[in-house]
Amino acid sequence: MAGEKTVIMDNSGIKRAITRISHEILERNKGLTDVVLIGIRSGGALLADEIAHVAEVIEGVKAPVGAVDITLYRDDVSGHLPHHAVGKTDIPFSLEGKRVVLVDDVLFTGRTIRAAMDAMMDHGRPACVQLAVLIDRGHRELPIRADFVGRNVPTSIKENVAVLFDDRNQPVEVVLEK
Amino acid sequence: MEFKHKDIIALRDLSKEEIELLLATAESMRQINSRDIKKVPTLRGKTIINLFYESSTRTRTSFEIAGKRLSADTVNITPSSSSATKGETLADTALNLLAMKPDIIVMRHAVSGSHYFLSAKMPGCSIINAGDGTHEHPSQGLLDMLTIRDRFGRLDGLKVAIVGDITHSRVARSNIQGLTKMGSQIYLAGPPTMMPPGVERLGNVTACATMREAIQDADVVMMLRIQQERQGKTLMPNAREYSRYFGLNPQNLKLAKPDAMVMHPGPINRGVEMSSYVVDGDQSHILKQVENGVAVRMAMLYHVCGGELE
Repeated sequence: MAGEKTVIMDNSGIKRAITRISHEILERNKGLTDVVLIGIRSGGALLADEIAHVAEVIEGVKAPVGAVDITLYRDDVSGHLPHHAVGKTDIPFSLEGKRVVLVDDVLFTGRTIRAAMDAMMDHGRPACVQLAVLIDRGHRELPIRADFVGRNVPTSIKENVAVLFDDRNQPVEVVLEK
Repeated sequence: MEFKHKDIIALRDLSKEEIELLLATAESMRQINSRDIKKVPTLRGKTIINLFYESSTRTRTSFEIAGKRLSADTVNITPSSSSATKGETLADTALNLLAMKPDIIVMRHAVSGSHYFLSAKMPGCSIINAGDGTHEHPSQGLLDMLTIRDRFGRLDGLKVAIVGDITHSRVARSNIQGLTKMGSQIYLAGPPTMMPPGVERLGNVTACATMREAIQDADVVMMLRIQQERQGKTLMPNAREYSRYFGLNPQNLKLAKPDAMVMHPGPINRGVEMSSYVVDGDQSHILKQVENGVAVRMAMLYHVCGGELE
């Protein structure tokens, strides 16, 4: 079962990408007024915290951060596969009229993002939704695109891309597994 | 960890890990119940039939709400309005329902073990036990465990007293099965006519001679509903005598730990098994139990609806 693993983005690469994404978010939204960050569990939620932290250092204001668990909104929930464990959705503020930036670690088919948007809409009606991802690996199955991308990594369907985190929930590196 | 059972009929059939999975899922489901829009699309298009041969307020409504919050289509069948009054057997009812292709059947029935029978007659359909005779009431056991765990952060090492008609209580049996698996110590009390012999074989269970012995230093005091007549036998002289020896009141509640929690599956006979002061007092977690009931049942419906058949 051992696949060949290569590190395609190391720790400093991740940090620089997050810094650039944070700057882009501030530029696009002209600051942080009404901006909220919603991370998709579990990798996206950890990255959302990182982005919020960096944006706070730059802008001097902390954007509210929430996390959404999409297990109950997946489109592959049926009677044929064991059900995944359900995590907690934690959005302790209303999304009404907010500029939501969804954050995920790896963008692939786009189905997770579709599920996340459905999950979020049950918490209010945002003014707009933007998407920030660390890695875009292509192979979209739905018409979904990211507004802010750390890096585009062309991959084949059989490969797997994962962002690894350590015990303190800090991103470590991004690996590509063949 | 995956939940691989087609049915949930008895806590006795579940492992400690499976119980923990159900409780963890219930915690996540709880958040849906506090939102503005209390719905998720997870079981969209699934059909759930609530087949209640015995009357119920809490459990049936709880299961119905649980199913609807998961976007399933729920149907309620009760004895007075069903062909059971025309003498239709459970086996025939099963075959007829099977033809309508339900995904889950939640049944409450007077005969212990009837769910195993139903499950055998309905391949491809999940069966959830909402109470069978005196055997088990798994959703009650799970919601009780969740309520206790919320309060103390754990279940192992806790002293849990269960007082009442143990012999005829499926609630007691499910709680005993579940709590002993999770490491709690159970102390039972009740009139000798209502204490099953050999109950200590179920695990870390002690049958106490008096209520005082059971609730002394208890972390949890769980009272059960009492009925004067069961199956035609008179098991106690009258309700007043029962409440004198086995009723919970503010005075004997002091025997338990100062922060002990008081529980009751409902419906309560005020003044018989518990005085109103205790029912409405600060230590009572009875309404929390009901609140957790919906979340626990959502978790059960969710997990039983996925997974390969055993």
